[in-house]
Amino acid sequence: MDFTLSKEHEMARTLFKDFAEKEAKPLAQEIDENHRFPRETVDKMAKLGFLGIPVPKEYGGQGCDPLTYAMCVEELSKVCGTTGVIVSAHTSLCCDPIQTYGTEEQKQKYLIPLAKGEKLGAFGLTEPGAGTDAQGQQTKAVLDGEEWVLNGSKCFITNGKEADVYVIFAITGTVEKRGRVSKEISAFIVEKGTPGFTFGTKENKMGICGSSTYELIFTDCRIPKDNLLGQKGKGFNIAMHTLDGGRIGIAAQALGLAEGALETTINYVKERKQFGRAIGAFQNTQFQLADMATKVEAAKMLVYKAAMKKAEYAKNPKISYSVEAAMAKLYAAEVAMEVTTKAVQLHGGYGYIREYDVERMMRDAKITEIYEGTSEVQRMVISGSLLK
Amino acid sequence: MKIVVCIKQVPDTKGGVKFNPDGTLDRGAMLAIMNPDDKAGLEAALRLKDEYGAEVTVVTMGLPKAEEVLREAMAMGADKGILVTDRVLGGADTWATSTTIAGAIRNLEYDLIITGRQAIDGDTAQVGPQISEHLDIPVISYAQNIKVEGDSVIVERQYEDRYHVVKAKMPCLITALSELNEPRYMTPGGIFDAYQKELTVWGRADLKDVDDSNIGLKGSPTKIAKASDKVRKGAGEKVTLDPDESVSYIVDKLKVKHVI
Repeated sequence: MDFTLSKEHEMARTLFKDFAEKEAKPLAQEIDENHRFPRETVDKMAKLGFLGIPVPKEYGGQGCDPLTYAMCVEELSKVCGTTGVIVSAHTSLCCDPIQTYGTEEQKQKYLIPLAKGEKLGAFGLTEPGAGTDAQGQQTKAVLDGEEWVLNGSKCFITNGKEADVYVIFAITGTVEKRGRVSKEISAFIVEKGTPGFTFGTKENKMGICGSSTYELIFTDCRIPKDNLLGQKGKGFNIAMHTLDGGRIGIAAQALGLAEGALETTINYVKERKQFGRAIGAFQNTQFQLADMATKVEAAKMLVYKAAMKKAEYAKNPKISYSVEAAMAKLYAAEVAMEVTTKAVQLHGGYGYIREYDVERMMRDAKITEIYEGTSEVQRMVISGSLLK
Repeated sequence: MKIVVCIKQVPDTKGGVKFNPDGTLDRGAMLAIMNPDDKAGLEAALRLKDEYGAEVTVVTMGLPKAEEVLREAMAMGADKGILVTDRVLGGADTWATSTTIAGAIRNLEYDLIITGRQAIDGDTAQVGPQISEHLDIPVISYAQNIKVEGDSVIVERQYEDRYHVVKAKMPCLITALSELNEPRYMTPGGIFDAYQKELTVWGRADLKDVDDSNIGLKGSPTKIAKASDKVRKGAGEKVTLDPDESVSYIVDKLKVKHVI
């Protein structure tokens, strides 16, 4: 077992760190305060290939492994959780399913511009009545001649109004299995600007405020028959498999947030003086930092392991990385929440003030325990594998 | 067009300089980076490549670890990397360094050689012009803008209060300022490709027309008696006043200090 990163990975980290410090960090506070999507950062990332890191070169990507991609999300999230999730949702939830399930024509038409960053991607599974219970879908797709007609709505969609290409799930019929009738779900690729596809409410969120989170509304929205992604009726499997990968991205985001809060706090406790001493000289501070750093390191091991398991899957599709991804996401998200909360505490009153980054980091961290499968869902996935 | 860019791996002096007890630089304790002026020189070469089409070869002399800056340069877009490394080349001053680099470049075809103005560890600004002397080609130092016109380069050469526009026929050498441009980032895929590319490693035996008396520590006329970190100034005092008030404020201060 080798815990040493390759020289390539080390250099990639230097690149991501350098970019994050120079381009994402200076905007982090402003986009949070104004709930503004950082389009300029996205454009810069597109030029550098950050929006297609794990996509093969023949499809416009960088041809790197999932670990490099996870490190990118991690480094961005260290300074700005919003920027991290923009890359994660685009890559894991839109590029990945098209790369995995798309036809050659779909890859040519959608994956290449997505990987090059000419277009931004999003993923629409969640509905008001279908969160953890993804089977509770109401959005329907009916085949009418050469077109699918979509009706329904999706909510809490990351990259909502800013995206150009959406992977959308809808009911296409019913199936009977062992006497039980259940909904048949299929996946589709929908382009922005398609008549009948509009945007509803912009969500006013607690954290990741620069991220564009919208409701998507489909009213007799007609898309070409060929925009069915994967086989008809396989939508649920596509969604679950896509979320397995997405969890590595969110786990990396959570890890980055925890690392960012820890680094910020280490610097702060060296400077902040109380009772004539830097607060870092007090044993309580030291022990808190020791616990935070240990948990961050453990989270990092889980996240990197999950990413490396996904790389194995790329070579051998029989390998599953579902449990590793669930463990990484569960643990990293909970560590992010704990570490950012402690970071605020160690900052004292200043930690509660908007000008201090840890205040934003704590708000950003909370969502990592909720989206792309709540911590409870991760526990279901993990325990399910133990007791099968 | 064939462009050779000379780069150097240097300790990052941003966080202060660290010394060994014997007064030499403690390079291990400081992060190693590509010298900023050299990086600007590389960026200038890559822009010429983007605009006119060129083959960019990066050359460095140093320890085997200096491979890192060559890989970085290739991840930014350089085509080839040459590492000149040999124990007998160690301890070189600017004379021995320029002799060595020129000896390496004599093996290459080139239209243009670009070096950084100076390295942040030695700050001499001598190696670039010395290489041009060894190779007997013109040099334009302190370049703040570079254009190619036919078989010539047109360069804005920076002075303290002005710049001169200088034209030189290629082959020639240009030394670049870090203000010349904003160097591009690497790309993730470019990094992995850079490590797949073959790197040329040359030793003493590969240097052309170089005498042993001009290389390494023995071939270095410079002797460093003592080195120390510069004394850092305090933060000073900042006041915001209107112009008249500031003049009186400063004059008062100078009187108190018996300067006037």
